[in-house]
Amino acid sequence: MKRLLDVLREDCALTGTKEGCGEGECGACTVLIDGQAVNSCLVPFAQVAGSSVTTIEGLTGAEALQSAFIREGGAQCGICTPGMILAAVALPKDADLQDIRRGLAGNICRCTGYEGIYRSLRAAAIPARAAD
Amino acid sequence: MPAVGQNVLRKEGRGKVTGAAKYVDDLSFPGMLYGSTIRSTIPCGRIRSTRPEFDPSEWVVAGVPDIPGKNVIALIEDDQPCLADGRVRHVAEPILLLAHADREALAGAKVAVDYEPETPVYDPAASPRVFKEILIEKGDLGKGFSRAARVVEGEYRTGHQEQLYIECNGVIAVPENGGITVYGSLQCPYYVHKALVVLLGLPPERVRVVQTETGGGFGGKEEYPSMLAGHASILALKAGRPVKMVYDRVEDMLATTKRHPSIVRHRTGVASDGRIVAMDIDVLMDGGAYLTLSPVVLSRGVLHATGPYRCDDVRVHGRVVMTNTPPNGAFRGFGAPQTLFAAEVHMERISEALEMDPVRLRELNLFRPGDTTATGQVLGADCSAAEVLREAVARTGFDARRQALSGTNAGIGLSLFFHGSGFTGGGEVRLASRASLALTPTGARILVGSTEIGQGTRTIHAQIVADALGIPYENVEVSDADTACVPDSGPTVASRTCMVVGKILQNCALEMKARLGSLSPARYLELHGPLVVTREYEKPAELEWSDETYRGDAYGAYGWGCNVAEVERDPDTFEIRPVRLTAVCEIGKAIHPTLAAGQIEGGTAQGIGYAILEEVVFRDGAMANAQMTNYVVPTTLDTPPIDVVILESAYPHGPHGAKGIGEMPIDGPAPAIVNAIRHMGVDLRQIPATPERVMEASCVSP
Ligand code: FES
Ligand code: FES
Repeated sequence: MKRLLDVLREDCALTGTKEGCGEGECGACTVLIDGQAVNSCLVPFAQVAGSSVTTIEGLTGAEALQSAFIREGGAQCGICTPGMILAAVALPKDADLQDIRRGLAGNICRCTGYEGIYRSLRAAAIPARAAD
Repeated sequence: MPAVGQNVLRKEGRGKVTGAAKYVDDLSFPGMLYGSTIRSTIPCGRIRSTRPEFDPSEWVVAGVPDIPGKNVIALIEDDQPCLADGRVRHVAEPILLLAHADREALAGAKVAVDYEPETPVYDPAASPRVFKEILIEKGDLGKGFSRAARVVEGEYRTGHQEQLYIECNGVIAVPENGGITVYGSLQCPYYVHKALVVLLGLPPERVRVVQTETGGGFGGKEEYPSMLAGHASILALKAGRPVKMVYDRVEDMLATTKRHPSIVRHRTGVASDGRIVAMDIDVLMDGGAYLTLSPVVLSRGVLHATGPYRCDDVRVHGRVVMTNTPPNGAFRGFGAPQTLFAAEVHMERISEALEMDPVRLRELNLFRPGDTTATGQVLGADCSAAEVLREAVARTGFDARRQALSGTNAGIGLSLFFHGSGFTGGGEVRLASRASLALTPTGARILVGSTEIGQGTRTIHAQIVADALGIPYENVEVSDADTACVPDSGPTVASRTCMVVGKILQNCALEMKARLGSLSPARYLELHGPLVVTREYEKPAELEWSDETYRGDAYGAYGWGCNVAEVERDPDTFEIRPVRLTAVCEIGKAIHPTLAAGQIEGGTAQGIGYAILEEVVFRDGAMANAQMTNYVVPTTLDTPPIDVVILESAYPHGPHGAKGIGEMPIDGPAPAIVNAIRHMGVDLRQIPATPERVMEASCVSP
């Protein structure tokens, strides 16, 4: 059966969701399924029947975070960025830096060393306690 | 307000955070087919026959006879075929190309290849073929050693490293206008252009190469895209339809280039007061099956092999040799991380042998302005080895920390390093890079072949041009890297995009400003029509270099760096966990401080992976762990806080004093981390410092 990733990219022409590995290791294909960050390369399409799927194209209310990713060096080449932003949005609201590290551990960024990503989260005050 | 030195809004940011940016796999063309590659499964031998196990009438199948021009990937020596011609020299060597409209059918297509295997060579020390040999000599080595109170010897090894850009290699070839247009994820559009002209036998104007948004390169998209673009073009020309080829992760890891493994031997004479009086260094690199870029990687390797230390009597001998493994190639640092690892771990061993403080030993020997390098280059006033060391030691409280951690399951170590910006003196002259600036009604448009691959090329170039023209940054536009409209600015490699291409652009802008005089751009266009200024690289007059003798000014400028790493060792698993890493870098001028810090943070993280995690396992000539599941790069949990300090000491010929920055950060982490492990009394001389190696070394160490 087709993967959710392929249905999004090919059938829906929503190419903001990226494929980095196809085996659940990189997180570039992260989407939100009913608000939870999930690797769409591991999800058979039928499994999302009745669920709400949010991709980077449909993400709303995260403009501050998205701008912060540009300003603070959260995105370099940008290939991990849509997945990273969706994973960040799904972090618990009271996450501290250690929670952020744990929450983003499935999203590999080869460019930034993650410091720019933490700066972006802090600048957007998402989650609220990212500053420590 | 000047734009340079400010964190102006990036030119290339928006599409990346909204998902609108189009990477190659996001593009599609009417009638497009998908292409795939049938590859060698043996490391070495003759091909007796190939037999498709499907009905070829429904497929596009292309082999050597379908190559319209010469069957080579034109680069340095043209020794690598685009498709194996009768024999293969490494696993995953391309043999046959297939295209089909249905990607799934393509994935299932099998071709039986009958081989006559030959005996492969895997051990570089036993290789029958030397691709390139370089000798650097300064002073009189015998005399130097005669003054030595101690001689310290050692051998240091580094492994392969995979670039692991998150976007795999990919291109789309579109036959059009009696030629071919290639869209692709790539660093060097003109490398691909040059290779396609030779391979396809087309006039240069019939070949067009357009860079699409590129999801990371790190050198891994320097030379390999020429191969992939060649494959897609051969198929597209045969099919008369566009062909997309995008590797999946396994194919990308199996078939494309990696960092050269190295074995470096040091023999060093030291006077009783700790001064180094003789250096004898032997560098051996594994080039893989074809020459590709290996001579240049070796060159950068030997030119950095002494580390940033002064010595009058030096010999550096380097060789890069053939083995039956996929060709190794460009990866950030390009030979220097290997030899600097050896130099800095050896330095630590000298300090251990002399029972001398490692900081003191380095202070005593480091390059200062006016000192000469192994090639006889006299270092300018911007030589900052002492400054970066002092800053890193002070900032980390190195001495106190070192004492505090002594005898625990934690350690602290440092590395001091330098990195030449741009191609060697001779290289930049040969490249003769060009850049253009076109006047627009409100400002100017930049036309360069340099690519944006995450580092912010468009932004920093626009900053430099805006300030030279005296116009707002917002009024500077940047063209896409499309060979149909931009000149050849040389490859986007070797930390040269800011220092070298940025300087050419600055010259364009100054000339344009003079031409404008008191006229506004709009008025000038009205009165005189279009204005495009093109300038070429101008070699600073005092730079002299000889490729024959390897004497002279190897690089226009050097960046300087010092890393301090603090690590912990798990007493049960022997895993090494970096706790914090301080990276002090002197880069001339940070044109855009946030982007500059991003280069340092990212390069440092890759260096941490190189040091402890990233191990390419070869079995029978093939990468055995060609998956992200078992080739592990640093995640958020493996990457410690990285504390970046940027120092600036202007290089007179760089734009605003800027030197290169992209590569240097990856030079430091591996030796700093291994030296931190050595601080725990573990005699480790090889990376990656996997738990197995640390355990083994911990058990034999006293
Ligand atoms: S593509 Fe889904 S995790 Fe990598
Ligand atoms: S920005 Fe390139 S992989 Fe994250």
